[in-house]
Amino acid sequence: MTRHLRRWLPAAGLFVAGLFLWESFVQVFDIKGFILPAPTAIVRTFVVEAPELLAAGIGTFSSALGGLLLGTAFAIVIAFAAARWTVVRDGAVPFAIAANSTPIIVLAPIANSWFGITSPLGSIFVVTVLVFFPVMINLVRGLMSPSPSQVELMQSYAAPRRTQLWKLQFPTALPYLFSALKVAAALSLIGAIVKEFFGGSQERLGQYITTKAGLLQFEEAWAAIVLASAFGILLYVAVVWIERKAMPWHVSIRNP
Amino acid sequence: MTALELHGVDKVFNEGSDGRVEALRGINLSVESGEFISLIGPSGCGKSTLLRLVADLLPASQGRVTVNGKPPRQARLDRDYGMVFQSATLLEWRKIRANVELPLEIMGLSEEDRAQRADEMLNLVQLEQFADHYPWQLSGGMQQRVAIARALAFSPSILLMDEPFGALDEMTRERMQMELLQIWAETDTTILFVTHSIPEAVFLSTRVVIMSPRPGEITEIVEIDLPQPRVFETREDQRFFAQLTRVREGLRAVEKP
Repeated sequence: MTRHLRRWLPAAGLFVAGLFLWESFVQVFDIKGFILPAPTAIVRTFVVEAPELLAAGIGTFSSALGGLLLGTAFAIVIAFAAARWTVVRDGAVPFAIAANSTPIIVLAPIANSWFGITSPLGSIFVVTVLVFFPVMINLVRGLMSPSPSQVELMQSYAAPRRTQLWKLQFPTALPYLFSALKVAAALSLIGAIVKEFFGGSQERLGQYITTKAGLLQFEEAWAAIVLASAFGILLYVAVVWIERKAMPWHVSIRNP
Repeated sequence: MTALELHGVDKVFNEGSDGRVEALRGINLSVESGEFISLIGPSGCGKSTLLRLVADLLPASQGRVTVNGKPPRQARLDRDYGMVFQSATLLEWRKIRANVELPLEIMGLSEEDRAQRADEMLNLVQLEQFADHYPWQLSGGMQQRVAIARALAFSPSILLMDEPFGALDEMTRERMQMELLQIWAETDTTILFVTHSIPEAVFLSTRVVIMSPRPGEITEIVEIDLPQPRVFETREDQRFFAQLTRVREGLRAVEKP
């Protein structure tokens, strides 16, 4: 336990020191709130605005999570098909790589016209598309990465393709899947919030931030930013937790 | 009974292109059930390729291969052989018992039968106390013993081994050789063993097949005239040295400039 504590101590110390510096900087130089509010001011605003903020945060978070799950589900289906059938792989993967290189977030205004400005479906759609490509590409790469002798081993057992996919390729791909999911978790919140910048229900973080910033209420905007970060970290930690449960054998996780 | 039969077998990779490689030429070999045959030759002489033709992991370009009187493909589908590679090729997400159970799972055995059989096999290679460990917790030699247990789990009549001890240190290697011979005696398996160690081939085999550099041809088959069972002292026997010399000279004779 103490060993655990000792490992976390430097990070915690740095965090506190950073907050302290920030606070002193704002106080000493008398920085105006619309440039950079002090941490204490942000916390104060957070407490006052908590009901409204949390409602907006949960709304945005739900869209992000929904899109993340949906995009991942589609990615898993297509990646398995690509791993199973060469023709799917050769057909789909180049497009996926091309799509993955484009700034998909530019779909946000289009999503508004497709689903209506206030519909959460627009956000879910943007996040789904955003998450789909990196997860699919990495999963395909993982599914194709068993060593030649592992593949020969399965062939020597006359294992059907389905069995090879499930018992060899999928476990091999798990580390790739989780690396992609960690990136996708962050992407999903970015996607949801940026989509809301372009329009959306007033009870969403993206709209909340743009509105408050427009009214020069920067403490409120910053409180929303802090909340968005907290949700991002929460999502990331959840992915890491599932990863540890799913592959305790992996070199990045096991304890000697 | 004849376990393996190769008749006029050629193997050419990338036929009809610039990268054409003639790997094997005119291979004739007949192996009786219960024999221990080593294939020895310089690197790239096609001995691993020969093993893969028998295993139906590669098709022959010419000639006929039969395994237990069947085409290799049928023998593979019937699970007539077990295979051991140079690396243990254990699945790192499975514990040791589950690794040994893998072929049994694929063959659809019940959970109970699988567990029982896996325990028997782990006993055979003396690793029963490691059943619930992950592969990374075992040394290289132990991992290779697991691979042997896994290959034998479904009692194949033939064991195909591709330099299985190549990555092990000398002491571990000699111990593994003894263990393999004991397993061979206990299980009545036919073994086809690829190696480039002359002492290893002589110590283990009933016959040593000497191959030339590419394109690999069988240049000589040396009958190893040493008493069974082979024991630790066999390596110190005058006859052992005599056989070593025969194989070494056989290999020298085939060196191409």
